[in-house]
Amino acid sequence: MTDALESSPPLDLPLDAHALRADFPVLARTVHDRPLVYLDNAATTQKPQVVLDALDRYYGEYNSNVHRGVHRLSQEATEAFEAARITVQRFLGAAASHEIVFTRGTTESVNLVANAWGRANVGAGDEILVTEMEHHSNIVPWQMLCEAVGATLKVLPMDDRGELRMERLDDLLTERTRLVAVVHVSNALGTWNPVETIIGRAHAVGALVLVDGAQSIPHLPVDVQRLDADFYALSGHKAYGPMGIGVLYGKAAVLDAMPPWQGGGDMIRMVTFEKTTYGELPCKFEAGTPDVAGAIGLAAAFDYVEGIGRGRIAAHEADLLEYGTRVLGEIPEVRFIGTADRKAAVLSLLFEGVHPHDVGTILDREGVAVRTGHHCAYPVMQHFGIPATTRASLALYNTREDLDALVRALTRVREVFA
Amino acid sequence: MSDLRDLYQEVILDHGKNPRNFGKIEGARSAHGHNPLCGDLVTIYVTVQDGVIEDIRFEGSGCAISTASASMMTQALKGRTREEVDRLFERFHEMVTGRADGTQGTDDLGKLAVFEGVVEFPLRVKCATLSWHTLKAALEASSEAAGPEQPGTPEPQVTTE
Repeated sequence: MTDALESSPPLDLPLDAHALRADFPVLARTVHDRPLVYLDNAATTQKPQVVLDALDRYYGEYNSNVHRGVHRLSQEATEAFEAARITVQRFLGAAASHEIVFTRGTTESVNLVANAWGRANVGAGDEILVTEMEHHSNIVPWQMLCEAVGATLKVLPMDDRGELRMERLDDLLTERTRLVAVVHVSNALGTWNPVETIIGRAHAVGALVLVDGAQSIPHLPVDVQRLDADFYALSGHKAYGPMGIGVLYGKAAVLDAMPPWQGGGDMIRMVTFEKTTYGELPCKFEAGTPDVAGAIGLAAAFDYVEGIGRGRIAAHEADLLEYGTRVLGEIPEVRFIGTADRKAAVLSLLFEGVHPHDVGTILDREGVAVRTGHHCAYPVMQHFGIPATTRASLALYNTREDLDALVRALTRVREVFA
Repeated sequence: MSDLRDLYQEVILDHGKNPRNFGKIEGARSAHGHNPLCGDLVTIYVTVQDGVIEDIRFEGSGCAISTASASMMTQALKGRTREEVDRLFERFHEMVTGRADGTQGTDDLGKLAVFEGVVEFPLRVKCATLSWHTLKAALEASSEAAGPEQPGTPEPQVTTE
């Protein structure tokens, strides 16, 4: 697959979100005697029945450890696990399946790179460049690395609309820059960053680039080869898959040259007390029994998404984003945080005179689930001089009615605080 | 809607919007409180004379519940002894967490009884108790004869996402 957008069903056949809702059992429940309106998808998405079935089938029919036994169940589990890796490879447009390393999630993927690649390739006086809108999981591992090896953490700033100040990039990239860690889509602001441009300029100074794809994978067609990303990190649970499974994509040559991270079973070729030799990719980075069910569930989620078409999902969410921006913008007390030109389906807002935590409590009583808080992005909150926002984040099963319900619930906030 | 009204009572909304005893006491013992879940920040300043709270003020930013709780706490505690403060905190904590045995009522809590509605909102208990935990840290710092501005370590430090 070279272009997911082109290979998806035609855009003129819009996605029927009302029909797709039936695929997600949890959406049928009520909260405080009201229908659930789930708008906290950037925290985690709900799971379609096909994912739940895949987990059930694995545990109910062929649960077994992988890469070990000669017995039938182990063979079936190993085949399904490795087939899941190929599904992920195709979904990301990677060149080979051994470039796909299963992890616990984006956070572990970033930590793997910071530790295994970082300790081997970053030294005193070197620089790591992050951006002002990173999630803590793409800041803290780099801070820890810099502290340990005496490197410097530099920050590409953003403007008041939540767009990266790209005119500063060339100044911040130096011959000492070893790696740029950048978020593809901001969880707090929704900004869809120009990572292709950043990757091109980083490569020009010899730096590698890690892209945090936790929020882009559920919303955009992503092709790691076309982006030319060196590392791409993602979480399964934010893209309709199970919790506890994630992916680190790395270019084979880069992964090959890296030392292992965690030691243990499955990642070795030979162990003696004198010397251990390590296995090939991707096993080298998958010490211990992996989350086999999680990987199979993630593949089921990606198949489900591909069945709908990532282009159609993106078009549907773009329509919701436009609609939500309009109807929420008509509420006099609402101010949006994050107004970039290019955004994914995140509406982060302030309600004048009411703290986001109070907004969240009132919305919850109306059955509307949103995230309130700093979204693990303190530097973003500091930029805007605010403690928190109320964030509605959308998924393929959300509808305009969900946004109408959010608007109604926000008028309740006004009534309670009148 | 009724339980929302139980939580957001008029008195609480009033104190949330117009907090009393808001500001710094120069040279007083103080402690910082932080609830990372929602970003609430509070600093409590307290002076103690002969075992009695002489003055108590606070600064910070937070939700309506935490701001109102800090405001009403400062009103309730001026002139109280350490023992009375500890007892009131214990009773307040029992009330908002639903651990009271129900035999005592809330008469001894006075105006603080308006926070009774918090019990239906377990995720908001930390908002209501942040200022109390912070006060405790400030008083403990002061009883250990630490210098002015000695920062205490507030108990509520939850982590999120």
